[in-house]
Amino acid sequence: MARAEFDRDLSQLEAEIILMGGLVESAIIGAVEALSHRDLAKSTRVVEQDDRIDRKESEVEAAAIELIRREAPIASDLRRIMATLFVASELERIGDYAEGIAKISLTMGTEPPLKELIDIPRMADIALDMLKKSLEAFVEKDRKVAMTLARSLGPADDEVDVLYDTVQNDLIELMKVSPTNIERATYLLWAAHNLERVADRATNIAERAIYLVSGESVNVGA
Amino acid sequence: MTQANVSSITDPVAITEAGRKENITTFNDKDLVLEARDVSVNYGEKLAIENVSIQIPRNSVIALIGPSGCGKSTLIRCFNRMNDLIPSATVTGEIIYNGTNIYAPGQDATEIRFNIGMVFQRPNPFPKSIYDNVAFGPRINGMNVDLDEVVERSLRRAALWDEVKDRLKDNAFSLSGGQQQRLCIARALAVDPDVVLMDEPASALDPISTQAIEDLISELSSSYTIVIVTHNMQQANRIADYAAVLMAGEERIGRLIEYGPNSQIFDTPRDRRTEAYVTGRIG
Repeated sequence: MARAEFDRDLSQLEAEIILMGGLVESAIIGAVEALSHRDLAKSTRVVEQDDRIDRKESEVEAAAIELIRREAPIASDLRRIMATLFVASELERIGDYAEGIAKISLTMGTEPPLKELIDIPRMADIALDMLKKSLEAFVEKDRKVAMTLARSLGPADDEVDVLYDTVQNDLIELMKVSPTNIERATYLLWAAHNLERVADRATNIAERAIYLVSGESVNVGA
Repeated sequence: MTQANVSSITDPVAITEAGRKENITTFNDKDLVLEARDVSVNYGEKLAIENVSIQIPRNSVIALIGPSGCGKSTLIRCFNRMNDLIPSATVTGEIIYNGTNIYAPGQDATEIRFNIGMVFQRPNPFPKSIYDNVAFGPRINGMNVDLDEVVERSLRRAALWDEVKDRLKDNAFSLSGGQQQRLCIARALAVDPDVVLMDEPASALDPISTQAIEDLISELSSSYTIVIVTHNMQQANRIADYAAVLMAGEERIGRLIEYGPNSQIFDTPRDRRTEAYVTGRIG
């Protein structure tokens, strides 16, 4: 087949995205665990690890620019490279949300937990599953399979939104009970907000996956 | 890009509703200048292209692309009956120019070629002065015009005037390759054609001259219809409004497989073979 080297480089670019996805996933898992268990050492590690995610994004960007310069890609090749850049940027932002949660954890310090966290880890689980599926859709070459995977994110995103509302209501109730709760409840609200954004970013990636296989811009959430 | 290019991408008004959905785009009749209907060409026994139907809208740039041997040059030569000059070639089907089949009995091929001019891969100026090259068509056509004015206007339209205005009596061969090609374009424009056919007009030129020809094509597209054969995908991308993809299968007979706006052909092709070709995986 012609352009074997180009095809290899495109696959390599895709592999870098999967690797970056893995780093981001670990960061979210670590950040939420650390928040739930008040593990400050772990939170610090998540903050430190964010540099690695940022570096990976720069590497993907450099590799993509080189491919564009060298191969003058068009049609699905161009869509793939542009989508890769977009996904790398979304993953970098998800990494920032993980870092944000870790920093919230560090800000809360050794204060006792306000309540046992149930819905926030649940939000994280769903958001991570969405992220996983969106990346599977992104690398899936079969149009039908990619579309099905990507579209499955719509209902999951709704679920995350419902949980976020619940968390918000619960925390506001706690604030009403005692002003001493306000600071910690506000921190947790930020954490939940970050996770809600993770789910949104995963949805963006899924939409990009649909664009990749079909050339169509589709709103997964709608 | 010219305004014409941009507007036709954002608002390809000429395309019919049905044409938007098909792999082969069709246009409203009133917007057509040229149309091939079921055109097949034989060279002796060998069928070169089969049943090609394609509509060319007025004042647009159409790129014919496809792997070597797919019949691009054969097709473009049908548009002004250049295939008449190849003894073994037989053309069936119709080429409709402004409503008339140019292959119908009684049609004058020479007159057709004034209306539908052609520029070839290698510049082919006559061994005459720059002036006489441009004046050639109007003279033999007996056009009752001010030749000085036609020569200047044609050279200006071909973006060559400033470079040659002080040396119009020099032999055309004294020009560079890129200038010679623009002279050939000026020569084609001197007889005031509707359509200019270009068979790889920049493939023998250096990058600067190529750029000059591309700029010129964009400029000309506001007043002329241009059909261009090119092997350069980026060039087709830059200058064309619509691209037509020809492909020959194992039996080596060229067929039109996809035709549409550049956004269709180069962003989201509908035929897998187009995708494979434009991304460099075949051809």
